[in-house]
Amino acid sequence: MAQTNHNRPILDIRDLHVSVGDNEILRGMDLSVSLGEVHAIMGPNGSGKSTFTNVVAGRPGYTITKGEIIYEGESILGMFPDERARKGIFLALQYPVELPGIRNREFLRTALEALREARGETKLAIREFNKFLEEKAKAMDFEPDLMKRNVNEGFSGGEKKRNEILQMSVLDPKLALLDETDSGLDIDALKVVSRGVNEFRGPDKAIVLVTHYQRILNYIKPDFVHVLIEGRIVRSGGSDLAQELEAQGYEWLREPPEQAA
Amino acid sequence: MAAPKVISRTSTQEELASDYKWGFVTDIEADIPPKGLNEDVVRLISAKKGEPEWMTEWRLKAYRYWISEDYREPRWSKVSFPPIDYQDIHYYSAPVKKEKGPESLDEVDPELVAAFNKLGIPLAEQKALTGVAVDAVFDSVSVATTYQKQLEDLGIIFGPISEAIQKHPELVKKYLGSVVPYSDNFYATLNSAVFSDGTFAYVPPGVRCPVELMTYFRMNSEGTGQFERTLIIADKGSYVSYLEGCTAPMRKTHQLHAAVVELIALDDAEIKYSTLQNWYPGDKDGKGGVYNFVTKRGKAAGKNSKISWTQVETGSAITWKYPSCILQGDNSVGEFYSVALCNNHQQADTGTKMIHMGKNTRSTIIAKGISAGQGQNTYRGLVKIMPTAQGARNFTRCDSLLIGSKCGAHTVPYIEVRNPTAHMEHEATTSKVSDDQLFYLMQRGIKEEDAQYMIINGFCKGVFQELPFEFAMEASQLLKVSLEGTVG
Repeated sequence: MAQTNHNRPILDIRDLHVSVGDNEILRGMDLSVSLGEVHAIMGPNGSGKSTFTNVVAGRPGYTITKGEIIYEGESILGMFPDERARKGIFLALQYPVELPGIRNREFLRTALEALREARGETKLAIREFNKFLEEKAKAMDFEPDLMKRNVNEGFSGGEKKRNEILQMSVLDPKLALLDETDSGLDIDALKVVSRGVNEFRGPDKAIVLVTHYQRILNYIKPDFVHVLIEGRIVRSGGSDLAQELEAQGYEWLREPPEQAA
Repeated sequence: MAAPKVISRTSTQEELASDYKWGFVTDIEADIPPKGLNEDVVRLISAKKGEPEWMTEWRLKAYRYWISEDYREPRWSKVSFPPIDYQDIHYYSAPVKKEKGPESLDEVDPELVAAFNKLGIPLAEQKALTGVAVDAVFDSVSVATTYQKQLEDLGIIFGPISEAIQKHPELVKKYLGSVVPYSDNFYATLNSAVFSDGTFAYVPPGVRCPVELMTYFRMNSEGTGQFERTLIIADKGSYVSYLEGCTAPMRKTHQLHAAVVELIALDDAEIKYSTLQNWYPGDKDGKGGVYNFVTKRGKAAGKNSKISWTQVETGSAITWKYPSCILQGDNSVGEFYSVALCNNHQQADTGTKMIHMGKNTRSTIIAKGISAGQGQNTYRGLVKIMPTAQGARNFTRCDSLLIGSKCGAHTVPYIEVRNPTAHMEHEATTSKVSDDQLFYLMQRGIKEEDAQYMIINGFCKGVFQELPFEFAMEASQLLKVSLEGTVG
């Protein structure tokens, strides 16, 4: 690993093996992420990128057969998604879910209250919260009216992705996992999303950004780039690695097929 | 979602009590004639009430119809229960009055007031401040009515039907049985013979009732049936919003509840009728619980009149009810908004009937069914467009939500159109609380139980927003309590 930093990692992935049904998706993944860092994980379709982010967030449906996920020095494998969220892990979903009958505003307020309670903070008054949300929404180019609409219901693809970044900005996690937040965005939306991520970025935040394409990395400059192929990180480097991948594709990084025993 | 918490179940009394928080019994003397039903019991009930001859005769007519050969419970609904022994039921139970009748709240048996307070029933004066007039029916008798004076000044009559029979016989005679005739169905006939009390409301022409009228029903004595009768008349150009809430203590045996509600809206009048039904649903194994066999029907008799039913049905072992609208007046409107929840072994067969007779009549049906545990939830609805109903319109939407894999949701819509100008729309969906939705909410830090509740609440929103605000909050809470322990 090409990482040198003085911080203790906030996220430490050790020899992680994950299966879905009989399929082994992650086959010994290692990754170490510290506060203040932005990591980009790139790789072809089916390499295990989304599996990785989902497993860190605790999504059901995955079996961890081996390895560890250490967050802030403790294993989180036994924790439910909501516990992980309350410890500061946020996942921007690749496919944000529609929540009929639940307004964006009440959704965000309920979530924020749960997090604030976990952080030992007092409740925000409704008026305070509304003002806070309005500012955040404006920063993501959202009309205030959108906050009164049901979560993601009838939202365009771009609106859904921007809504994920808005949630990140409101909930203020320590570790943000962005699962292909750039996919399906036009250039204007991509700029808005990137602006949101860059504003979030800071010495007490860690970001892991999963993407197919180098494009978003023109706007969000990563400290580290990792290439995930067939469930393993096969190459790590600085942001120049992304350019190299854009030019040459992934094929040259693939290991030669193993000989049948 | 993988089940994270194991909830251990031991059927101790305490735990049962904590499951159903309304399950307390009030220890007050009750005046109960022997079990069973015959002409003498009908006469006795009528005599206890000091009823006039015409009322007694009406009851007896119903009774004789009820015992006629081959007259029995309707069997077409999708509910199953062992035969009911109608001779094993007390048909009348009134709390024994210490002196004469209570004239004001101060005179009401403190035990009763305490019972209502436990229910959170706003019987006392503070409730008047929030603008609700309450009529409380305890077992079979109406015990206290608040806010009376203010209503009287407006000419609004609101109180026990037993009193209305004495004081306003012309209104009762004219309208009782005019929407639900005594021969309507087995349970309605039984009710007509034995009803002991209920609520009567009359709003005079042009008066907009300034407060919500409310009745709380509670069954207390073991082995009693409750047969209340409600009659609401909105005269020309008037408006009234009426709320009813129901609870019953836990009993090992089933209790029978067979109520009849009749609404009449004259020209340009509107009646909004909201129900929060939380009768004891029985325990986890389906033991005990109320059989809720209710006939509710409104007649939008006048032109431009409107009748709107909103119900949240979370209780009862069995719910069998179809609050309906007869849209007789031209341009009249009927609405039905319903949330029905079946958990554990509860069964509900509920829905509505919209009978379009007048020109340009419109009806809307929004039915939300939630099934959890081994609950069986059926929506059954009829939309009937008569040949006279030129330009009638109906919109129906039935949504079912399933929680777990042992429950069932059934939708049985009947549509009968006899006028080619009718517009009919019907939408239906069935869904489960999806793992994706749960994960999404939990990923944002919300606990699983709260997440589940938010999804269910969201599902019901279209109905809850039809309820008066305070009631909507209560409905939402009730749903939460009724679903406790279904997560996983």
